[in-house]
Amino acid sequence: MQTLLRTPLHDRHVALGARMVSFAGWEMPVSYAGVISEHKAVRSDCGAFDVSHMGELEVEGPRATELLQALLSNDLERLEPGDAQYTLLTNEQGGIVDDLIVYRLERCRYFLIVNASNRDAVYRWIKEYEIRGSEVSDRSDDYSLLAVQGPRSLARLGLPDAKPFTFAMGELDGVEVMVNRTGYTGEIGCELLVMNEDAAALWDRILERGAAPCGLAARDTLRLEVCYPLHGNDITTETDAISAGLGWVCALDKDFTGVEELRRVKEAGPERKLIAFVMEDRAIPRQGMPIGGGGEVTSGTHSPMLDVGVGMAYVRAESSAPESELTIDVRGKPRKARVVKKPIYKREEGTR
Amino acid sequence: MAASESYPDGLKYHREHDWARIEGDEATLGITWYAQDALGELVHYEAPEQGGTISKDTSYGEVESVKAVSEVIAPLSGEILEVNPKVVDAPETVNEDPYGDGWLVRIRLGDPSEVDDLLDPESYKSFLAEQ
Repeated sequence: MQTLLRTPLHDRHVALGARMVSFAGWEMPVSYAGVISEHKAVRSDCGAFDVSHMGELEVEGPRATELLQALLSNDLERLEPGDAQYTLLTNEQGGIVDDLIVYRLERCRYFLIVNASNRDAVYRWIKEYEIRGSEVSDRSDDYSLLAVQGPRSLARLGLPDAKPFTFAMGELDGVEVMVNRTGYTGEIGCELLVMNEDAAALWDRILERGAAPCGLAARDTLRLEVCYPLHGNDITTETDAISAGLGWVCALDKDFTGVEELRRVKEAGPERKLIAFVMEDRAIPRQGMPIGGGGEVTSGTHSPMLDVGVGMAYVRAESSAPESELTIDVRGKPRKARVVKKPIYKREEGTR
Repeated sequence: MAASESYPDGLKYHREHDWARIEGDEATLGITWYAQDALGELVHYEAPEQGGTISKDTSYGEVESVKAVSEVIAPLSGEILEVNPKVVDAPETVNEDPYGDGWLVRIRLGDPSEVDDLLDPESYKSFLAEQ
């Protein structure tokens, strides 16, 4: 039996009564009070997530930018120190090895926050391409990451508003943190990178400030409502960025791994597209369910905000326009769904 | 609000975590507190057809939470007289009141002797303790 890794907050989660599950080799909290109330806490106020299982890689040296420009799909030249960017690590076929956020710490020093399940693959990939004048190191064992998300999150933490995809070194109730204006919920908020030894103190301060502890289940329903892809479900080494609707993070005018294939797909138009849908019939779509006429569900759940089944799926390009009718095979029963514009859930204006 | 743990007297229990309330030649069926707690908040009940038949120890419907799907196993055989419309509309009723408003179907018993195979509350609780 494989031993599961534990974050520095493990005892805190158990004490809070969290249901713990195995995820990407880690023992992680899937829910505390219940996924629906946690989800709604993030949409209406503030929730806190332990996402310390995610990996942190550091790339530095005079040729660090050159190395990453050749491997990542987005254009690093758009970043000043203090800026962050959503980007993809692509393979020769244009497939997605991982989606990640790159933080430009200094002109020649970067932090990459990568998916837990891809941490080793990404590290090995970049290490393989490492060039003289650049150095790649896996810093995941030094850091914890806490996401605090929701319309009242910044106010509860006493943090000033700041532009999304920026970061700053700072202090929260005496704990040194890197405050990243990023997240995976569609709400404003931040992700706080902290040394492992300070993680428990920071978590306690965040909960004292009124954040509801939230698990991986709510993290998944929140990201799916706003159509953020999950690597391993919606995007994989077999799917390309153009078909996945991630062309906006691909600088096709620069050279990076797989760019020729991505230019070709863009030019020809993708044969299938990653779309969002809402169930018309009462049913909950799940990953892997086939779609009539070709295609399959890549992520599916019950939307706590809309109170219906929702999901994302690859479908043939001709069935991908909003309002197209889909038939999903729900364990042998045909169930109707409708393609919708992304995101599936959007806050009504003026209701924040 | 989720209910607190209980296994009421007067009900019969099945090892697949279902209960039956026997009333003459009819029975009301549902899932136990343990089953709803393991699943979490229910968001869908895939109910069987009224008028159809169900057979003991086989699946007659599905209940789903955000993360999981579970088949509902019939503790007894019979003809479905009624499906609980309240649970179809508001599946969380099962979490709130698993032995009351959260019942799933009412049946006419096909073979009353099957009741003898079911557990009383004490035996079911001992069975749970071994899980």
